[in-house]
Amino acid sequence: MTADRLVPYSKPFVFLLCLVPMGLLVRKGVEGLLGANPIEVITHSTGDWTLIFLCITLSITPLRRLLGLPWLVRYRRMTGLFAFFHGFLHFMTYIWLDQFFNVHSMIKDVAKRPFITAGFTAFVLMVPLAITSTAGMIRRLGGRRWRILHRLIYVSACAGVIHYYWLVKADETLPLRFAAIVGALLACRAVFYFRDRRRPAGAPAAEHAERVT
Amino acid sequence: MLIGKPHDIPSSEITPRSMYLNRRKFLAGAAAAGAVALAGRAAGELLRPGLVSADGAKLNVTVKSPFSTTEKMTSLEDITHYNNYYEFGTDKYSPAKNAQALRTRPWSVKVDGEVLKPKTFDIDDLIKLAPMEERIYRHRCVEGWSIVVPWNGYSFSALINQVQPTSKAKFVQFVTDLDRSVMTGTREDILNWPYTEGLRMDEAMHPLTLLCFGLYGQELPKQDGAPVRIVVPWKYGFKSCKSIVHIRFVETQPATAWNIESPVEYGFYSNVNPNVDHPRWSQATERRLGDFFKRKTLMFNGYGDQVAGLYTGMDLRKYF
Repeated sequence: MTADRLVPYSKPFVFLLCLVPMGLLVRKGVEGLLGANPIEVITHSTGDWTLIFLCITLSITPLRRLLGLPWLVRYRRMTGLFAFFHGFLHFMTYIWLDQFFNVHSMIKDVAKRPFITAGFTAFVLMVPLAITSTAGMIRRLGGRRWRILHRLIYVSACAGVIHYYWLVKADETLPLRFAAIVGALLACRAVFYFRDRRRPAGAPAAEHAERVT
Repeated sequence: MLIGKPHDIPSSEITPRSMYLNRRKFLAGAAAAGAVALAGRAAGELLRPGLVSADGAKLNVTVKSPFSTTEKMTSLEDITHYNNYYEFGTDKYSPAKNAQALRTRPWSVKVDGEVLKPKTFDIDDLIKLAPMEERIYRHRCVEGWSIVVPWNGYSFSALINQVQPTSKAKFVQFVTDLDRSVMTGTREDILNWPYTEGLRMDEAMHPLTLLCFGLYGQELPKQDGAPVRIVVPWKYGFKSCKSIVHIRFVETQPATAWNIESPVEYGFYSNVNPNVDHPRWSQATERRLGDFFKRKTLMFNGYGDQVAGLYTGMDLRKYF
């Protein structure tokens, strides 16, 4: 298939495209255009992009099934790692720019503040996914276990949205928008799951047959 | 159902080694990117002119108040481009644009309730009620950031004395204008509109409580609460009600917008207090706009010598 063959060539471009948000942020920083509270802008921007990349990653399976574009899955590792990349930057702004590496204060914060607890959970759950994103790790774990492990992304995305919802003061528009998107993407999976189960025994779903791992 | 062992990974799926290395490089570069952004900010600060002139009319400021702090003032640019004014949008940057549609002339302020002489003041008369002072106050937002602002105005007590409250007047309520045609933020029920705030009578009478008409010697920029607002420097910023149209003297503690929104998070008093956390975040430290490091938050925002006496015997954890 032509589209399939183009994937490897397109990857560097997709990679660069994924770097654009942070590139723009750095440029704004260099030009002194981050406004009165640049640390807040950096924190919010990295947080937003973590959620956006999580949503992109979660949308790949529904899109490839609904549109019949199996090769989409081959971008999933990259978008997932970009979610981790932005999550890592977001986490760094917290421990470095907000807490100044004060471990005691951070432990207190994580334990005491539900929104920090949720955000911390969301980030920590992404770490094993990033570590096991390599081909070698997939092989070592075996596809089935690897897939089960990587369902942690569902928990991570939910925790991320809850983190956002809990931190806003009164205007919940944006966190609710993310909640709706993540909710819809997870609902797709529930639909696929029940639909696949209803298939007569012995007739494997096309989904499984074409799965890479 | 998965048949047999998992498929081998097709060679097209294996990330080339060079890409791996790239990936590692960019993860390592993460911290560097942050550092570059901040260095850039510092450089931008050096290049940026300290003050941006506002187009507001000049005020005749005749008194330099002894209440003023000598701390470095926040730039007019930052004071006017980082605002919490939910009537004009819930992010910090919208009010600077959206509030410009607010018409601040003609403007009148109705003062009534438990007073002997209720009166409606025209804004231009109200400005001349007492000598215009410059008061450089610390201003601490409940969100954990702070600024230093050279406000212009006079003690609110000057207005109180004009209307002569009765013995029944125990509290004052402030009401912000509600012009839905320009206040686009009020089209949604984010807060209970119009915005209301309140003070206890002794707090309202306290000389630090400022009826404010300007900053940096000019009439208030619209995003900062033109044409008249209250400034209560020992309380979190949201207590300092903007664009006031109505001041009501009442017998019982009045409803206040943020208290209605979330009573467990925003108390009526809302004194700056590093020892009483917001339920969702710490109030022990704050970031002064323009500073890289956070600083410790001071009890009563550093105005304890003047105002601690108002709260003698009160449990400030209960009356947060």
